[in-house]
Amino acid sequence: MRIPTAVWPLLVIGLVTSITSLAIQNPVRDRERPPQPALAADLRKNSVHALDGQLERLWTAHQLVPAPAANELTVLRRLSLALFGTAPSLEEIRRFEADQGPDRLERWTAAMLDDPRFADYFAERLARAFVGVEAGQFILYRRDRFTHWLSEQLRTGRRYDDIVRELIASDGVWTDRAQVNFITAAYANDELDENALAGRTVRAFLGQRLDCAQCHDHPFSHWKQHDFEGLAACFGQTRLSLVGIHDDPGRTYSIEDRMTLEPRAVSPGVPFGPEWFPTEGLPRQRLAAWVTHPENRRFERAIANRVWALMFGRPFLTDRAVDDLPDPDDAADSVEARILDELGRDFRAHDCDLRRLVQVIAASRAFRLDSRHLELPDDAVDDAECRWAIFPLVRLRPEQVIGSMLQASSIRTVDQNSHLVTRTLRFFRERDFVEDFGDPGENELSDRTGTIPQALLRMNGELSKELTDANPLNSTSRIAGAAATPAECVDVCFLVCLSRRATPAEHAELDALIPKRPGQPRHVAVADLMWALFNAPEFSWNH
Amino acid sequence: MEPLTRPAAVDRRSLLRAAAALGVSFLVPGLSARAAAKRGPERPKSLITLWMQGGPSQLETWDPHPGTTIGGPTKAIRTTLRDVEIADGFPAVAEQLHHLSVIRSLVSKEGDHERGTYHLLTGYRPDPTVVHPSLGAILAHALPDAGVEIPMHVSLAGGAGFALPRGGYLGDDFDAFRIADPGQNLRNLRARVGEPRQARRQAALEAVSREFRTGREARAAATLHEATLDKALAMMSSEQLRAFDLDGEPADLRERYGASRFGRGCLMARRLVEQGVRAVQVVLDGFDTHAENFTGHRTQAAILDPALAALVRDLVEHELLDSTVLLCIGEFGRTPRINPLDGRDHWPSGFSCLLGGGGLASGLLIGATDPTGASKDPSDPVSVADLYATILSALQVDYQQEIITPIGRPIALCEGRPIERLLAAP
Repeated sequence: MRIPTAVWPLLVIGLVTSITSLAIQNPVRDRERPPQPALAADLRKNSVHALDGQLERLWTAHQLVPAPAANELTVLRRLSLALFGTAPSLEEIRRFEADQGPDRLERWTAAMLDDPRFADYFAERLARAFVGVEAGQFILYRRDRFTHWLSEQLRTGRRYDDIVRELIASDGVWTDRAQVNFITAAYANDELDENALAGRTVRAFLGQRLDCAQCHDHPFSHWKQHDFEGLAACFGQTRLSLVGIHDDPGRTYSIEDRMTLEPRAVSPGVPFGPEWFPTEGLPRQRLAAWVTHPENRRFERAIANRVWALMFGRPFLTDRAVDDLPDPDDAADSVEARILDELGRDFRAHDCDLRRLVQVIAASRAFRLDSRHLELPDDAVDDAECRWAIFPLVRLRPEQVIGSMLQASSIRTVDQNSHLVTRTLRFFRERDFVEDFGDPGENELSDRTGTIPQALLRMNGELSKELTDANPLNSTSRIAGAAATPAECVDVCFLVCLSRRATPAEHAELDALIPKRPGQPRHVAVADLMWALFNAPEFSWNH
Repeated sequence: MEPLTRPAAVDRRSLLRAAAALGVSFLVPGLSARAAAKRGPERPKSLITLWMQGGPSQLETWDPHPGTTIGGPTKAIRTTLRDVEIADGFPAVAEQLHHLSVIRSLVSKEGDHERGTYHLLTGYRPDPTVVHPSLGAILAHALPDAGVEIPMHVSLAGGAGFALPRGGYLGDDFDAFRIADPGQNLRNLRARVGEPRQARRQAALEAVSREFRTGREARAAATLHEATLDKALAMMSSEQLRAFDLDGEPADLRERYGASRFGRGCLMARRLVEQGVRAVQVVLDGFDTHAENFTGHRTQAAILDPALAALVRDLVEHELLDSTVLLCIGEFGRTPRINPLDGRDHWPSGFSCLLGGGGLASGLLIGATDPTGASKDPSDPVSVADLYATILSALQVDYQQEIITPIGRPIALCEGRPIERLLAAP
């Protein structure tokens, strides 16, 4: 048979496309690795029991009966949202349901922490606290390198106190030693802003807001302007040159006195715990040692509170901003804050291991409680929520909403093993959607209400249409084509969107919408159901 | 005798009926007897900001210095304001300048796009612990109008990334609503499917929502998810959406604004303000002329000149200028020095803006920059905060009011002081 000449170029294009698409697939396909052996026993005995005990005492003291335990699939959804920023895929749900071994959730948590998706996702969340979301001065600051570096540290299980010391005290060029972007992020108007760095350091690593002490003594805490100046002076010798960021020991840091308007020299100092502040060394190294000093409880308290917030969507101390914590030496410190300290101490005692901290929180009773509590009167709900006797309803962040939408439109897990095209599309779609939805930036852990433009975007946006309308690759057409009965069709739609099956009441209303036989009309009906699920409160709220 | 308004009302109704029959009901102004119906100074006030993204050169816009070393090839032309000359790229604006005032001495300390934009949108310098609301958000928050079903704070023809005016500590509700390409489509405001399918979708949504509410009615209601969704659905069926539709405007008027995205944005801004929208931003990007400054600004002027002039004229003709503050501004100006690439770099001291309408004095010239470029500081400097205190005062907003922010710190809406000359009745 003779192939027409015109077809040859097409064949060549087809061949090249298939070869390149094979080549850009990730060769490392370790998804089928069996879940790890249980490290659960040690974790439970040493850390989780202690945390649970304290929570239970808190509940008893406030006469709170905790909510019943949540369904394990719901807990898997919470884990996936917290660690990957998406709801679980149908593929993962099926594997999870097939796994009937002991300590299923503990093993799955451990496996998720080993997934590069966790390192990348958590690195971005932490980067928001460490350097914010601004693009900054491109020539001096590379945020992408910074988050990549953080991701590497998380992936390799680096100690958190080491990470922080590197951020504060590293020298070098920001493209080569990505951690110094922590310093260069504070370049504004061609100057290093020592005040911004001082404020950032205590906020991000110690959960203290000293920024207002930059201009005046703190109105309701004991910070003095003098304290802030000393901290800023720790960055006073930091210079930028051809070799990048480094300290110039010959330089004296002086500021304009606000009263006399004369220059006044300021030497490095710290607002509390002077005994933890080494007398020797370069100022940034001394500051790094002080911030991470084993007796500086604010350090542990801050990270425990932040990781808790990333797991639940709201900080452990619910009435305060995640980086505005009470003084641990205050005698009037609350019982709740003490629990946070215990969690922090356990973190320090176990090598400042961030992944272990995640595991402890994920295995705690608080994380496993239901978000419904039928015996609880309405007026007791707030009390129960802020003492973690019920899982709170927390609005998902924009990246979690879009992450879940993208995942729901695919049957298979969208991860580093996905095709490059899928991953690239995911990257750009996520970026655009978050932009349209409104990125809360570094304040992402504070409560926010949903807005009308967001509702419009979810209902009528281009992306929603693209993801719900049937096409040969997305879940709408595959569910419509594969499900045997309307009821199964509805259940699978629920699983990919909400990580649960439909209730009898829902089946009663929704099954009738789905045509009995797979085919074109079913595509339309499934697309409509997917649309409804995308816009349901349950989709946009962690529960 | 019947009051004169009666027959008019009857006429309107029959007109509407006729118009509906002909399928041209969009030609009839909205029924709302509120903002939309009122004219002149009694109307509730609004703000239109023409946002010159990238930092326009004062020397190529409202503060030319022809014949000097810093002036470059830009020439100056006379305007309807005595003794005020502007760059020669703006002949149409020159004809309308008596409706506005010129400020040539704006000063800021932020010379980076992102930080400068933050400063010029909010009146505050960036602060890592709190996000300040933009001027438009402050107005939408302080001056609500229950009769307006469409967003009260809108950004047209751009407003992406950090240039989008945000609600800051007032809440995401006050973020500007974006229309990327005015007049081309009503992005996200129309359902994607026909009526029967949309009804089926909403019925299915209700079934799933009901299940979520069960056993936690109060908490589910507190999420406001469904309330927000209902408001969004109401907006989708609002008559007032017609404000986003430019097809009903006469062809010659549309031509006057220019066939650009920005020009369409300016026309839509007038329609939105007419409908009672409180704050509109219209973005013109492309002023960041580090190279080829003069060619770049000629391109920009060809878009800005017709649109701005048409907007002023149109606001006057619709009796809307007395109730609408018009501000034309960017995040900073550009250096007097011309760099080797024939460009100008960022310059946050001594840059210009146009301001007028809303009952503000017109025809004023404030400040002057050094024609030799030797002195950085302009005479009669105006801070961004002072400019915004002036605008807030013109809109009768208590700019000194302190809001308790989410971090527990009280912050004044604006920390400046109004420029009295601008507030004095003309």
